[in-house]
Amino acid sequence: MAEAKAIDGRSMVRRRAGLRLWLSAGWLGLLCIAALLAPWIAPKDPLAQDLFLGRMPPVWVMGAEPGYWLGTDSLGRDVLSRIIHGARIALMVALIAGTITCVIGATLGLLAGFLRGWVDLVISRLIDIWMAFPPVLFSILLIAVLGPGLWSIIIAIVVIDWTRFARVVRAEAMAQGAMDYVASARVAGRGRLGTMLREILPNVLPTIVVLLTLEMGIAVIVEAILSFVNLSISTDQPTWGGMISEGRASVHQAWWVLVFPLITLFLTVLSFSQLGEGLKDRFDPVLR
Amino acid sequence: MADLYQIEDLRLSLADMTAKPLFGAAPRLEILKGLSFTIPKGAVVGIVGGSGSGKSTLGRALVRLLEPSGGAIRFDGTDITHLPEPALRPLRRRMQMIFQDPMSSLNPRHRVGTIIAEPLRLHGFDAIPDRVARALDHVGLPQSFAARYPHELSGGQRQRVGIARAIALEPDFILADEIVSGLDVSSQAQVLNLLERLVAELGLTLAFISHDLSVIRRLCQRTIVLYRGEIVEDRPTADLFADPQAAYTRELLDAIPLPDPAQAWA
Ligand SMILES: Nc1ncnc2c1ncn2[C@@H]1O[C@H](COP(=O)(O)OP(=O)(O)OP(=O)(O)O)[C@@H](O)[C@H]1O
Ligand SMILES: [Mg+2]
Repeated sequence: MAEAKAIDGRSMVRRRAGLRLWLSAGWLGLLCIAALLAPWIAPKDPLAQDLFLGRMPPVWVMGAEPGYWLGTDSLGRDVLSRIIHGARIALMVALIAGTITCVIGATLGLLAGFLRGWVDLVISRLIDIWMAFPPVLFSILLIAVLGPGLWSIIIAIVVIDWTRFARVVRAEAMAQGAMDYVASARVAGRGRLGTMLREILPNVLPTIVVLLTLEMGIAVIVEAILSFVNLSISTDQPTWGGMISEGRASVHQAWWVLVFPLITLFLTVLSFSQLGEGLKDRFDPVLR
Repeated sequence: MADLYQIEDLRLSLADMTAKPLFGAAPRLEILKGLSFTIPKGAVVGIVGGSGSGKSTLGRALVRLLEPSGGAIRFDGTDITHLPEPALRPLRRRMQMIFQDPMSSLNPRHRVGTIIAEPLRLHGFDAIPDRVARALDHVGLPQSFAARYPHELSGGQRQRVGIARAIALEPDFILADEIVSGLDVSSQAQVLNLLERLVAELGLTLAFISHDLSVIRRLCQRTIVLYRGEIVEDRPTADLFADPQAAYTRELLDAIPLPDPAQAWA
């Protein structure tokens, strides 16, 4: 069948290996395991203080105490164990806040962008008004009202960041809605809701995934910042932001208390942002 | 022969957003200004006219992607002029459309197989995989293409998918809006041959919109010439070419590169 061969000329383009997907997914996977198994794999009790073991350096530095791999803070608590336990809060905030923000924002954006008319008018006005509040003040105010705690942080993130999703998804849905395949779905007899979910949504989904992973990274940062200013979880639970804030005070005597949580935070946020792009490269049929 | 479409004094106006005053409603822009014609069952009718003459608007009104602001459209005896979408849905299977730009009219994130199967599913067809296979066969695409995405096809192949999607529903009427204008000359010829064959084989009624009279001449028994939202001629194509009545038709004919060598040398 020479004809079929000729017509088949555009053979499958090889997919790129996607190094960044594997690196970022690998780091986040590792972190998830650490968070889930924290009580069993953390070498020490993250809250146990021992004033005789204060500010011990990491094991490869002279004068280290064996068993404390990344050293101890000024109260003698094990830095590695605290980082591992801190991953629990960080990931919980990232997953829960990211997902809720995404679902609320993307749904409103999709409805506004696809249905247009008065639905768009209402949602767009809401976004405009919302964005007029300065976000940092808004979050501090919210936490002050709600009181510190995991759920306060999550609610603050959702309340502030849903507009990010709504705006982008609305614009994207609007652009997609003008394409002929939407008119074509109508000619085929598809209803409005079906068109939105089966035709528009798959085309907006790559954008949503990228936004979602970015938002998870942002959530980790927000949690750290709030811990840093002491507005986060109660102090008896280790958090990365809390560690950074404590480490800052003694950075000249014990740099490791600041640096290791900071590196962990940095790698995590970077991984989240790379994960979205990597997933898009790997799974979006149009880019493949 | 019975008429599939009866169009009476069809008027359509759209809001002109560019001229919208800061407050108050936008003025209405009259695009179709009282068109009357019929399309008999089994006919192949060409609709020509310059850019902006209202061809696409007329086409979209025929398949009720647009709602007319006046007059009447009857499809096989049913008045569909202002029929709401739910009431229109069962009729939609019978009136299909092939779009100008197949890249935009095929969902880039659905596979070709899904693109053809989905309308069938919506209208409750049985044996859908068989029907998809047959539709691909009809338009001369190998079965393996069902697993491809639109961007993995060439322009001509994409347009064939658009045709396959339309004919799979076994419609009575197909509207083809400038379906070859985005293709190179050899794909144009292939797609036109294909359409010609399918119309004969399946007994379709076809409205073929084009600004290219040489294409119309080949395909259509009858031609409607639109000029600024009005019909200036509606006659058998052969007559139209032999003896154009309206000055505008003559202009269009002159615009064809060498339509008739003898005439060009004269
Ligand atoms: N949404 C719209 N709002 C206002 N005016 C419109 C709209 N769509 C089309 N028009 C106007 O209606 C007229 C007819 O447009 P239409 O698309 O039907 O022309 P056409 O004959 O298909 O032209 P072409 O050959 O370029 O495709 C044009 O003058 C155009 O500017
Ligand atoms: Mg047009």
